[in-house]
Amino acid sequence: MSATPELDVERSDERPVPPREGRRRHLSDRSRAERNLGWRLAMPAFAIMVAVTGYPILQAIWNSFFSYRLTDPENKHFTFLSNYWVALKDGVFWQAVGVTFLITVITVVVEFFLGMVIAMVMHKIVIPRRTLRTIVLIPYSIITVVSAFAWFFAFRTDSGFVNHWFSWVPGIDPSTDWFGNFWGSIFVICLSEIWKTTPFMSLLLLAGLAQIDTSMEEAAEVDGATYWQRLTRVILPNMKAAIMVALLFRTLDAFRIFDNIFIMTGGANGTSSLSVLTYNQTIDRVEIGMGSALAVLLFLFVLLIAFIFVKAFKVDLAGGRS
Amino acid sequence: MVATLAAVATASGLALSACSSGTGSGPPVLTWYINPDGGGSDPTKGGQAQLAKECTDTAQGRYSIKIQLLPNSASDQRQQLLRRLAAKDSGTDLMSMDPVFVAEFAQAGFLDPVPQGDADGFTRNAVKPSVEASTWKGKLVAAPMWANTQLLWYRKSVAKAAGLDMSQPVTWDQLIQAAKSQQKTIGVQAKRYEGYMVWINALIAGAGGQIIENPGASADQLKFGLASSAGQKAAAVIQQVAQSGVAGPAMSSTDETAALDLFSNDATSGFLVNWPYVWAALPGNKVSFIDDVGWARYPQTVQGEPSKPPFGGIELGVNAASQHKAEAWDAIKCITTPAHQKLYMLGTGNPAADKSVYDDAAIKKQFPMADLIRESLDAAAPRPLTQYYGDVSSAIQREFSPPSSVNPSSTPKQAADLITAVLKGDALL
Repeated sequence: MSATPELDVERSDERPVPPREGRRRHLSDRSRAERNLGWRLAMPAFAIMVAVTGYPILQAIWNSFFSYRLTDPENKHFTFLSNYWVALKDGVFWQAVGVTFLITVITVVVEFFLGMVIAMVMHKIVIPRRTLRTIVLIPYSIITVVSAFAWFFAFRTDSGFVNHWFSWVPGIDPSTDWFGNFWGSIFVICLSEIWKTTPFMSLLLLAGLAQIDTSMEEAAEVDGATYWQRLTRVILPNMKAAIMVALLFRTLDAFRIFDNIFIMTGGANGTSSLSVLTYNQTIDRVEIGMGSALAVLLFLFVLLIAFIFVKAFKVDLAGGRS
Repeated sequence: MVATLAAVATASGLALSACSSGTGSGPPVLTWYINPDGGGSDPTKGGQAQLAKECTDTAQGRYSIKIQLLPNSASDQRQQLLRRLAAKDSGTDLMSMDPVFVAEFAQAGFLDPVPQGDADGFTRNAVKPSVEASTWKGKLVAAPMWANTQLLWYRKSVAKAAGLDMSQPVTWDQLIQAAKSQQKTIGVQAKRYEGYMVWINALIAGAGGQIIENPGASADQLKFGLASSAGQKAAAVIQQVAQSGVAGPAMSSTDETAALDLFSNDATSGFLVNWPYVWAALPGNKVSFIDDVGWARYPQTVQGEPSKPPFGGIELGVNAASQHKAEAWDAIKCITTPAHQKLYMLGTGNPAADKSVYDDAAIKKQFPMADLIRESLDAAAPRPLTQYYGDVSSAIQREFSPPSSVNPSSTPKQAADLITAVLKGDALL
């Protein structure tokens, strides 16, 4: 939730740093006036963003320093970093971190390849272009909880059809309990997530594809480049910005996975993600202190991922703009 | 995120209290948070919605009762009530509470104690565990409304073929043997949820043990009876059910509904432990063998030791932050009259907490097993009464999941250790 706007804030902070010092002098009065106007126009939105995201974040950080159970407010006491220490030395926390990374990697990689294929097909097809793009978006428009239930019911032994349809596959028979073990659960959780969010990935990639100057492709073709060469030398390098943005958004999204796990396993078989773990401490156990500490840790992970993408892969989030 | 949730809870609380406190004119509106029952929110279907309407009529303008539905699962119901209570939501007046919520809510001071004069009326005829579950530290803090217990449902033909004499108490071991020999199933609840805790508690109590030996103690004083021989015997039963495969292919994801579905399958159904609602649900499940279905008291953990059937149901409580507490208790008196408990039992299949209801002719006709339900209720063992019930239950569910991993010599001990660490704040759940 907070990840996307966060990046925008970061970017606008970055603008006036050193190398541009020289350029700033050359700004005409008009462009300076435009920039000031821009700031003034953005200011209300900026102030609201700080109020609705900054305040809860600060409060969560503050709460995370306390041992505080909602049903026992008298015993609230300051414990400083103790909650973090308990979380960081608990195997359950690292298990959740591991599961979260595993799901993130699996879903983002698969979604990238599928999304790329779908984007290229959509790019080429001309006739029902709009209809096709709408149809592809349908899974993405379905509420995550609903899609989680749909996949959950499909794979259950009592109400599901998957076991019957795929009983010819070795290892699957009508009594296969997908949610009775770790890998079965992870498989269905990832499948549901991939099905639901691949359209988002493919749309972002499609936007990147559309930006490529077709004359470059044509030139490469005239020069005798094979399809593979055109893909790796012309298409992919030219849409690198779009790819990175797509990967970044999906990674940040996937890292906060909650709904599928909550519906399908409730965290059983070691399938708790960081969000599920945080939910359990905060909402179920009403341990506000510990829950806030976990929420802050989750936030730090998200920040770290965003930082790695932005710095290490040099993602230019302003890609499309000049 | 936390703050946002709190803000949302408060905001909705404000909105609700705005309606419920009225504008000075007209009688107060009491908001009753009900768990979903067969009646839903339809005031003609014999559910809590109908009781709300009838009691509004009885009140003749002194107050009116408006219902709000809670989520389906007990854990979700607890979460929602807890959030409202912690936010001092004056728009919550009456609550239908699972017995295990009472201790936690009462210890936090969220429940209004039953007024002196009313206590006797609420408890006089109520089954014993429902009174125990409504009492916290010597004070009655809730009124028993209905009381639930599990029975052993079985196929007469399967029991006969396996040579089981169902007129005598049977043990879990006998059931497992019978199901194995006949290649039939035993429906249990072993998903990682509250229903699994219900089973574990009944097994331990049936072996003469207690999960918590000093109910009501503070976190650092709690003593656990999990690693006792009773805890080990209980774990051994779960282990055998899991290893023999008699609980069906998906034991680790069976809840009440899945267990009932398993029992509804003509080809494999053998035995089922479940609440009495199944009697009314069997026809709905298109079960053709209803004449073949029998019922008996919950199975014994240990041969010769009377079983302690699970205990559930609903207790009615009043929010300490309500602005209409007197009216709320008045409403509860109306809701829990034997006549209303009877109406509720007939309408929803949920057994009354009041013992006198079971002598009623209409009840005996609709529930041929009424006497067994009453007997089981009086013998039932409530789940541990502790303000940390949520943590205790989650920790036990975690260590006992999946059922195939249960080991009598280590699992109960690990569960006790985990609860201790969690309550000290040294571990996550």
